[in-house]
Amino acid sequence: MRAWSWIRAYSVAVYLFMFAPVAVVLLLAFNSSQFSGFPIEGFSLRWFRRLFENEAIMRAFETSITLGLLTSVCATTLGILASLALVRYRFPGKDWITTLLISPVLVPETVLAVGLLIFLRYLSMPRSFLLLLLGHSIIALPFVVLVVQARLVGIRRDYEEAARSLGAGPFETFLQITLPLLLPAVFAGALFAFTISFDNITATIFWRPAGVETVPTQIFGMLRNSVSPEINALGFVMIVVTVGLPLTAGGLARYFARRRQ
Amino acid sequence: MAQAREQDLRPWYLLSPALAAIALLVVVPMSFILVYSFYENIDLGLDRPAFQFGNWHELLTDSYYHVAIWKTLRLSVIVTVLAALMGYVPAYFIAFTRFHHKWLLLLLLIIPFWISFIIRTLSWIHIMGNEGVINALLLWLGVIDQPLHMMYNEFAVVVGFIHVFLPYMILNVYVSLEGIDRNLEPAARTLGCTPWQAFLEVTLPLSLPGLAAGCLLVFVLTAGSYVTPLILGGPDDFLFGNLIYDAVMSELNWPMGATLSFTLLVLLGLVVVVYSRFMRLNQLTKAFG
Repeated sequence: MRAWSWIRAYSVAVYLFMFAPVAVVLLLAFNSSQFSGFPIEGFSLRWFRRLFENEAIMRAFETSITLGLLTSVCATTLGILASLALVRYRFPGKDWITTLLISPVLVPETVLAVGLLIFLRYLSMPRSFLLLLLGHSIIALPFVVLVVQARLVGIRRDYEEAARSLGAGPFETFLQITLPLLLPAVFAGALFAFTISFDNITATIFWRPAGVETVPTQIFGMLRNSVSPEINALGFVMIVVTVGLPLTAGGLARYFARRRQ
Repeated sequence: MAQAREQDLRPWYLLSPALAAIALLVVVPMSFILVYSFYENIDLGLDRPAFQFGNWHELLTDSYYHVAIWKTLRLSVIVTVLAALMGYVPAYFIAFTRFHHKWLLLLLLIIPFWISFIIRTLSWIHIMGNEGVINALLLWLGVIDQPLHMMYNEFAVVVGFIHVFLPYMILNVYVSLEGIDRNLEPAARTLGCTPWQAFLEVTLPLSLPGLAAGCLLVFVLTAGSYVTPLILGGPDDFLFGNLIYDAVMSELNWPMGATLSFTLLVLLGLVVVVYSRFMRLNQLTKAFG
């Protein structure tokens, strides 16, 4: 199979293309040189120390994390309710409603951002943190709906019907049966919403109030001059958080699932 | 009987918060974009409600805007075609490999979605910049004695876009390859097809929905962005989105910003409509399953 080994080599090359640049950032974060690029002069943690002493970056981190958590609460709440309706009920116009729920993805983010700003301008309201929160939630909503819907389809209704026939009320059934079964979906949706908000830059640049920076817009601002070595250290921290967290969560979930069996 | 015919309102209660949010934050603002495109810009950040076609006239007659539309279209097509060429083979590999840890390959496809977009974009400065890996290596080897200039041009922008959007392509193609009946290709082979023929006449046509969905996503995402050219491009590398950014954020010309935004919305909307004539939109959602 010569063709197959070509396919394999090609795929390895593409994976390298996807990960080599990221690996370089991770590597350069520990470079002691005062310039951000090559050559590597030695191992040092000084840029991490500088990073944690940089108040602007720390404030941006705080903003991003707060915004991400609040966004994931809003988007997940709306998304779960909507997904329940889509999966559990039959009603006229369902396809149309689904398209509408997915529509924020189909609108280019730049246009979405400008549209919301113009609406706000019409209402004579200034940019605010609330705008960022609502905006991020609406951007994350379609993804939450897609992820949660995919998980919900797998939950059998028999359990709920059994609980109902054993005398549980609808609310009790939801709390005791549906919600625990739903939790992985809730968790997946919330995590997705958090990463979307934490990563967003396109719309955030338009929406942020004067003086408020999220981590991506802070990096964007810092790039105006040149790539400072602190950015590499910041990149390292961000990658460890946004990749490490879901991986650990997923790994733990698997571990516990296996132990229970 | 009467009760059975009465409509069940429960799904609408569940849907109402999400639908209200979308109406208020997406649908209404989109109509305001259209309204604002007829307003008149008087001065920096100052505009007057009006119904006039000045902004639209400027858009249709000023070649500056036409160049931007052309550039955006050209660049988006280049990125989409290259992403399809680069993405199809790995998707095929993941779908048909007998490798035991296939989940690992899939996980590695998901991980880029978790890594910050701006970090992934700027990482190319470390690869292709003057102090980047390639120049450092070539200088060290003595192949060159001056760093090569590979950054801040259209090439760097294309590479940056492909790098960020490639996982969408691979994932979509993979999903549709995965759904193909495994007996079809061997069947074609026993009927006398060469492996290449079997691929061209059986597998490729069956994977087209995924490929089309991937292409649509990459095209629309590329054509709608403005951040990548700002980070990786030079002064001449701007997309239509950059004009919107300049109009709204620098010139504070809201009516023109609205006109440009509406144009981008309609142009990309047309692409989606053409796509949905041939493919079902829900192909796009399959990759999340």
